[in-house]
Amino acid sequence: MATYTMKEAKPAPTANKGVVFWLRENLFPDVKNTLLTLAGLYILYAIIPPLLDWMIFNATWTGTKEEVVNSGARWIFIVEKFDQFMYGFYPEALHWRPNLVGILSIALIFGFKYISSVKLKIATIILFPIICFVLISGGWFGLEVVETEKWGGLMLTILVAAVGIVASFPIGVVLALGRQSNMPILRTLCIGFIEFVRGVPLITILFMASVLLPLFFHDGIEFNKLLRALIGITLFQAAYIAEVIRGGLQAIPKGQYEASEALGLTYWQGMILIILPQALKISIPNLVGSFISLFKDTTLVLIIGLFDILAMVTLTNSDTNWLGYEVEGYVFVTLIYWVCCFSMSQYSKSIERKFNTEH
Amino acid sequence: MSDQEVMITMKDVNKWYGDFHVLKDVNLNIKKGEKVVICGPSGSGKSTTIRCLNHLEKFQKGSININGTELIEDVKVVRHIRSQVGMVFQHFNLFPHLSVLENLLIAPTWVHKKPRKEAIETAMYYLERVKIAEQAHKYPNQLSGGQQQRVAIARCLCINPEIMLFDEPTSALDPEMVSEVLDVMVELADEGITMICVTHEMGFAKKVADRVVFMDAGQVIEENEPNEFFDNPQSDRLKLFLEQILSH
Repeated sequence: MATYTMKEAKPAPTANKGVVFWLRENLFPDVKNTLLTLAGLYILYAIIPPLLDWMIFNATWTGTKEEVVNSGARWIFIVEKFDQFMYGFYPEALHWRPNLVGILSIALIFGFKYISSVKLKIATIILFPIICFVLISGGWFGLEVVETEKWGGLMLTILVAAVGIVASFPIGVVLALGRQSNMPILRTLCIGFIEFVRGVPLITILFMASVLLPLFFHDGIEFNKLLRALIGITLFQAAYIAEVIRGGLQAIPKGQYEASEALGLTYWQGMILIILPQALKISIPNLVGSFISLFKDTTLVLIIGLFDILAMVTLTNSDTNWLGYEVEGYVFVTLIYWVCCFSMSQYSKSIERKFNTEH
Repeated sequence: MSDQEVMITMKDVNKWYGDFHVLKDVNLNIKKGEKVVICGPSGSGKSTTIRCLNHLEKFQKGSININGTELIEDVKVVRHIRSQVGMVFQHFNLFPHLSVLENLLIAPTWVHKKPRKEAIETAMYYLERVKIAEQAHKYPNQLSGGQQQRVAIARCLCINPEIMLFDEPTSALDPEMVSEVLDVMVELADEGITMICVTHEMGFAKKVADRVVFMDAGQVIEENEPNEFFDNPQSDRLKLFLEQILSH
């Protein structure tokens, strides 16, 4: 009779480990790949050292512009104009107010998950924007009023993007649900809005918001320029969010809708408790992609006369004392945009991991 | 049956998908505590029939009465009926973003407005009953098919339903998991809950059913108590069907 004996596990072969093996396997497996590797190395060699020289080794970090002797970047321009890049024309003595808002925002982003009670979470979500607005704009609690015309720089960029993201999200959800609704009028309205907005460039919407919106209101109501831009951007973003979420909703199996109905949940209970959490989870990568584009698109507000960080660079370059520093300015702004967008994409990855239940 | 109270009445129910006539004058009367198995070839309208009972499908003609409530297209009426009718699906349809326990708490806390603590006690009791309490904090995707289906059954029981509908509960399971689910269903049947089960498990039908209904092409062809149904089929179509499913 045949007997079964278990075979001992053998150790893995040793020849396919180590640095040399990795190099041979990945960089120099054959002639074609070796050539490509060498070409790649040459391109890196041609770009990286001069760039580092310019940005770091030959750069001037301190002193006045008359003392510059190095051939590299003159970061003194950035140091000199730093406050304007960050805050626009916001009064210097009051910079602590946007700073405080920044610190609070970071604390909220990282601390939100530690708030245990749902009621407290909702209260935070509602109160936080109000606190931020009061802090930045002033007018209450003895805080000096700062008109929106003085807001600018990175502060304005982040503010426009944040308002656009936060305000467009609920509108986008409602539009996405409306587009799937059984009620013909509601559905038509939602489709009409989404398709209209998606068919128009953001810049047109901003122009319309700044020129058309005032026409709808009675004379005498002075409509703030920033507010007009915010409304335009929010509505624009909402249409895109709606389409992203619709994609998520369509990916939810029909059985999930049926199970929540069969258990007796109402439409809204089913949506909020069952369908949307799953649909939003699927949509996170696309939502963040859409938020990142919005962050970059906010720079278009310079068209209607608001000074975001990019506009501030252009503006400071027209300072007759500081002519010819465009390159430093734009490199700096590029870095800022990259840091912000990269952080957003990393944050989205961490949320994705958190919500992943397919262990 | 000692208890003659009527639980479900379907009277001349007709349904069309566009021009396709899915249900043709379906009549069914089910008494309280009765176990009914519906079988028939695929596309015969058996799933559609039980899905009409909790209004997952609309019907165009006829009437359905559930535990004294006429099923009409009114949000409140439909919700009232759904709060008494539990449904187990072929593909389980557990909510993958919620833990097993949370799956069981949704309906009791949101539909029946029970306090969370009480709902947890009930949920754990039923998880114990389907022998899966130790998995309460796992997510559905971490469980086997058989375990998921048992959770789905427990989820229905948590709303304390008068009627349980089973829509091919074992069809999507690997063969070795069928019996663990059927065992739970047999136990349930012993407790006197009204059960309507669409299934091809003829062993289950023989063992548990008070009545077996055969449907074909949207009509109820024949219904009888199990022994007569299997040993002495009247219609040719049922004879053919039984030959096909029992031949191997």
